[in-house]
Amino acid sequence: MSGIPHDHYEPKSNWEKGLAKRLPILGLMYDTIMIPTPKNLNWMWIWGIVLVFCLVMQIITGIVLVMHYTPHVDLAFASVEHIMRNVNGGWAIRYIHQNGASLFFIAVYMHIFRGLYYGSYKAPREITWIIGMLIYLLMMGTAFMGYVLPWGQMSFWGATVITGLFGAIPFIGEAIQTWLLGGPAVDNATLNRFLSLHYLLPFVILGLVIVHVWAFHTTGNNNPTGVEVRRTSKKEAEADTLPFWPYFVIKDLFALAVILAVFFAIVGFMPNFMGHPDNYIEANPLQTPAHIVPEWYFLPFYAILRAFDGEVWVVIIAEFLTAGIVDAKFFGVVAMFGAIIVMALAPWLDTSSVRSGRYRPMFKWWFWVFIVNFFVLMWVGARPAEGIYPYIALIGSTYWFAYFLVILPLLGVIEKPLPQPETIEDDFKSHLGKGGSAGGSSTAASPAE
Amino acid sequence: MLRKLAISTAAAATLALSSGAALAAGATGHVEDYAFSYEGPFGRFDQDQIQRGLQVYTEVCSACHGLQYVPLRTLSAEDGPGLSEEEVLAYIDQNFIEVYDDDLQDWRAATPNDHFPASGLENAPDLSLMAKARAGFHGPYGLALNPLIRGIGGGEYIASLLTHYTGSEYEEFGAILYGNETFSGGRIAMAPPLWDDAVVYNDGTPATVEQMALDVSTFLMWAAEPNLMARKQMGFTAFLMLAILSVLLYLTNKRIWAPVKSRAKGATPAE
Repeated sequence: MSGIPHDHYEPKSNWEKGLAKRLPILGLMYDTIMIPTPKNLNWMWIWGIVLVFCLVMQIITGIVLVMHYTPHVDLAFASVEHIMRNVNGGWAIRYIHQNGASLFFIAVYMHIFRGLYYGSYKAPREITWIIGMLIYLLMMGTAFMGYVLPWGQMSFWGATVITGLFGAIPFIGEAIQTWLLGGPAVDNATLNRFLSLHYLLPFVILGLVIVHVWAFHTTGNNNPTGVEVRRTSKKEAEADTLPFWPYFVIKDLFALAVILAVFFAIVGFMPNFMGHPDNYIEANPLQTPAHIVPEWYFLPFYAILRAFDGEVWVVIIAEFLTAGIVDAKFFGVVAMFGAIIVMALAPWLDTSSVRSGRYRPMFKWWFWVFIVNFFVLMWVGARPAEGIYPYIALIGSTYWFAYFLVILPLLGVIEKPLPQPETIEDDFKSHLGKGGSAGGSSTAASPAE
Repeated sequence: MLRKLAISTAAAATLALSSGAALAAGATGHVEDYAFSYEGPFGRFDQDQIQRGLQVYTEVCSACHGLQYVPLRTLSAEDGPGLSEEEVLAYIDQNFIEVYDDDLQDWRAATPNDHFPASGLENAPDLSLMAKARAGFHGPYGLALNPLIRGIGGGEYIASLLTHYTGSEYEEFGAILYGNETFSGGRIAMAPPLWDDAVVYNDGTPATVEQMALDVSTFLMWAAEPNLMARKQMGFTAFLMLAILSVLLYLTNKRIWAPVKSRAKGATPAE
C-alpha cells in the first residue's frame, strides 16, 4: 500500500501460510498498522485517532442507551429519566454519550482545520477529503437527530426549526418536509424515524471511515511540510518515514489519554455545560421556548443561515431575478448548505502548487482570519438576531464564502511561496536542532505554527 | 388533540422562521451566587439539608407542585435524604400519597416503588428536574464564561426566586401576579410561598426564608440529579487514572522516539 517502498508481511508458520492462502487478513492488518508514516507529523495529526475513538464510544454507549429508551412522544422523556435514575450506571452512559457528541465535533473541527492549513485536501488526496466531508455531513445529521430523542423542549423546537428548512425549498419543499417528518409536524412518526436513522447512520459513518483510511493509506499521509515521502528507494523512504506502530500509535494514545482526562473531568464535574437547560423540560408543542438555539457545533452554520435576511442586497436581487421563487428563507438554506459545499470543493478552488500553509506567507494570514471568523460565527449564531449581530453574521458569512471562492483561487496566482525543505528527513532534523527534544514527539513544531 | 398540536406547531415554526430569528434574549433577573455544599469538583450533598429541604417541599411546595419523575424509594438513597425504609413508608403514610392504579381502576396508597405525585395545580410546573432546567448564570455576551466559572446555577436560581419577591402585586387579565426580581419579566403567578417559620425544623435550625430557600434548592438539586455525588466521584477517579496513564504513555513515547531522534541528530544530512 501507499506506493511507499516498505517491508511486507511474510507468513512464517504453516498456520499463517495456510491462512494467507485462504484469507489474506493478517497481511492486510500488518500493512495497515505498519504503514510508513512521515516522521515529522506534529500534534495536529492526532485527531484522526480521537475521532475513531469517539465513533466507537458513541456506538457502544448508544447501543446500551437504546436498550432502555422508548421512542414514543409520551414516554421518551420519562424513559431518559429512567436511564438517569434507575438503570445501573445509566447516568454515566448517558452523560458520556451526550458529551461525547461535543468531543466528536471538537475533534472533527480540529481535523478539518488541520487539513485546510496543511493542504491535506490537495492532489492526490481529494477523495480522502471528499469522503471526510461526507462523514462530517452524516455526523451533523446523526447529532441533530440524536438531540431530538430525549424529547425535551429544545429537541422538539430544534427539530421543528431545522426540518422547517426543507419546507423553504420552492414548490416541493412542503412535500419533502412532510415526507421527512412523517406528518404535518414533528410528532411520534418523526421521533421513531429519527431513532431509526440515528442508529443507522453511525454504521454508515463507520463504513466511510474505513474508505477514508483506505484512501489516505493509498496516497500516504500528508505532513506539516506538504513535501511527499521519497519513493525512489526503500532506503530513502525509510529515512522519511517510520512505521505507524509503535511510533505513532503510542504518540496518538498519549494525546488521547490527555484529551480523555479533560473529557471525563467535564462529564464528572459539569456534564450539562454544553447542553441547554430547556432540554430538561419535556417537549411541549404549545409553548415555544424564549430562544431556540442549536447545539454549539451547528452555530456557525446557523449564523450563516440567518445572516441572509430579506434586507441583504444579494437576497433582494436573487428574489427579483427569480420572481420571488428564491426568497430570503430559501436563500439562507442554500447559503448554509453552500458553506459546506464550497469547503468540500477546496481541492479544486485552491490554485496554489504549495501544499503546506507553513510555506505560504499570505495564505497564513487569511487562514487565521478564517479560523477566528469561524468562532465569531459560532458566537453570533447564539446571539439574538437583532441590533448589530445580523451585520456581524453577514460579514462573517461573506468571509466564509470569499475564503473559498475568491481568496484560495487568487492566492495561488499572486502569492510567492517560501522555499520548502527538500525532504521530510531534513525537516525532521531541522526541528530537532531547535531543541525539539521536549514534547517527545516527532517535532517540536507547534500546531499553531 | 395531536392534530391540533401539529397545526399549532407548524404555525409556530413558520413564525419562528419567517421572522428570520428563532432566537431572542431570555432575560433572567437577579440571581444570587449562593455557595451550595454540592458545588465544585469535590462538592457533596449535606444530608441534613436535603432532609430539611424535603420537609419544606412536603409542607409547602407539594401543595401545588409535583415530582413525577422521582421514585419514593429513592428517599432512602444514601447519597440523598437517607431515610430508613420504615421512614419512607411512614412518609408515604403521613402524607396520604396515593396513585391511580390502572389495574384496579381506582386510587390506592402508594408503595415505595411508586413516584411522587405530579403537580396538583395545572400552572405549577413539575419540580423533578427544575434545578437542571433553569440556568442562574449566563454570558457575558453569550460567551458562557459565567456558567463555566460559577456553575449553571439552577439551585441558585430557585433559591433566588424564593427570596427575591419585591412585595408588590399586579393584576393582569384578572389574575394576580407578584413582583419578583429573579423571575423572567419580573412578575410571577406564584404567591410568595415562604415566610419566617413556615416550617418547624426538627434539628432546631432557625427557619428563616433564606434558610428554607437554600434547603429546598438543595433538595431539588438532589431530586434533579440524584447521582451527583457518584458522578463527581467517577469524574475524579477517571481523571486521576487517565492522568497517570498520560504520564506513562508520555514516558513510553519519549523512550520509543529517543533512538530515532539521536540517530537523526548524529547522522549527517548527506548520508
